[in-house]
Amino acid sequence: MSKEEHRIVKGQVMVPYELALGRTWCHFFDCLKEEKIMGKKCRKCSRVLVPPRSFCPRCFEDMEEWVEVSQEGVVETWVYVNMPFFAQELKIPFISAQIRLDGSDSGFIHQIAGIDLSDFDKVRERVKLGDRVRAVWSTEKKGNILDIAYFEPVK
Amino acid sequence: MRRVAITHVAQSSGVESKESLMDFTYAINKEILDKAGLKREEVGCIIAGAADIFHSGLSCANAFDWDGIGAFLKEGSRAEESAFSFIYGCMRIMSGHFDTVLVTALVKGSENPDNDAITSFYGDPFYLRPVGLNESAVAAMQMRQYLERYGITEEQCAKVVVKNRGNALFNPYAHVKKRVSIKDVMDSERIYDPLKTLECSPKSDGVVAVLLASEKRARKLTGKPVWLTGYGSSMDHFIPGDRDLLNGQLKTAAARAYKMAGIRDPQKKIDVAEICEPYAFQELLWCEHLGICSEGQGGKLIDSGMTQMDGALPVNPSGGVLATNPYPARGLYRIAEAALQIKGQAGEHQVDKKVRTALAHSTHGFGGQCHSVVILSS
Ligand SMILES: [Zn+2]
Repeated sequence: MSKEEHRIVKGQVMVPYELALGRTWCHFFDCLKEEKIMGKKCRKCSRVLVPPRSFCPRCFEDMEEWVEVSQEGVVETWVYVNMPFFAQELKIPFISAQIRLDGSDSGFIHQIAGIDLSDFDKVRERVKLGDRVRAVWSTEKKGNILDIAYFEPVK
Repeated sequence: MRRVAITHVAQSSGVESKESLMDFTYAINKEILDKAGLKREEVGCIIAGAADIFHSGLSCANAFDWDGIGAFLKEGSRAEESAFSFIYGCMRIMSGHFDTVLVTALVKGSENPDNDAITSFYGDPFYLRPVGLNESAVAAMQMRQYLERYGITEEQCAKVVVKNRGNALFNPYAHVKKRVSIKDVMDSERIYDPLKTLECSPKSDGVVAVLLASEKRARKLTGKPVWLTGYGSSMDHFIPGDRDLLNGQLKTAAARAYKMAGIRDPQKKIDVAEICEPYAFQELLWCEHLGICSEGQGGKLIDSGMTQMDGALPVNPSGGVLATNPYPARGLYRIAEAALQIKGQAGEHQVDKKVRTALAHSTHGFGGQCHSVVILSS
């Protein structure tokens, strides 16, 4: 085939969306503005889920009871992301982590920072599964998940 | 329920095609109908496997896909996960509604953004996306737990890449054909530590078609029908933090498939397996969940050589997803490859043993949120 037959068309699709958060996410984010991390407790299975849900996905019952959980927890797992990808606004390298906050029964996904991330080998020495981490708050709150700036190792 | 057989298979190479998506789709569907000696008009029903919006840049692309599949004037449907397309096709024959169904999965991975960008959009825009998740990031989190909980080594995970990339050298349809060493894998860039570049699958083009028929029709269409004998699928929670990443729904999906197929000892009964392993360690973890080895023994499994091309239970003789990753079509590729092994038509990567029962597996979503297991028999 000639080069002309290999011709490609470049395209980019941008379309706007407006997604309702619903009352449970709204209240969760409003509480983040006040530096409180809230979960919801299921009456049936007694699990506390963070982020909170309007219903327990296992029991399929309304979750009505709000509970404040600890701002500290244990690292269940983490990844050192050193790969840029389209539409990703976080600057690499960064650590995404799953954290079991004290008083909750699910893994909360956020970032670990507040340590030197430039040297990967040092990061591996510094962050271990089971380590305790604590929430660090953004100074300017926008009522979203990044009102928690990141989690930092305790000690 | 009526029995259903795979009668014919056609697949494209995973290498970038210069054809347009519609022409690329048409070529493979034309090929399978020619192989079966069927005219387009004679096919009962069409099911597509395509994830249009992000993987084609077209909204409702199955509307676009229909011409190339030959679906004009026919009843049809579509699923994004191509293993689901397969079972939807099978059910239309089992139910007695159709005698033939053409199932086709398609994508041109070369035309759309990186999988990491596309899979980041699995996440919701107010929680999982802003904290940086995508399929690779969750897989890496899953891998770290796997290494820690069971003492699996990174070298053992790297061996999966060495095996599958090695097998791919013998598969004319494989995308990436380059032998790699454990050292190559270990030295490749740590893009999502503990995941390294060579442990992550590429992004491939791919059209794969499978012709299904009722027992009566199958026997007329081919001398080597491959029977569907078992199927199971199961879904886990959406949010990875709600699950145990090392104990997902594959065990449930496998149990359902084995029960239907009457398999009590999968390690003995299954002759060959095509397992969807977008990340190297997942082949080991999935093998545990499929009962090919016991819990925590995935590292020993790869060390033992049992899953090598010439082992007792070869896994991914085609080279698997680590060699060829046409994302939404990869499940149907596994099914097609498993069928070819039973037919004895896999060519240079045909395993050197009698294949009576083959397993095909597919997965989709963060850390294996969704799993499907298909059992095929001669
Ligand atoms: Zn509950």
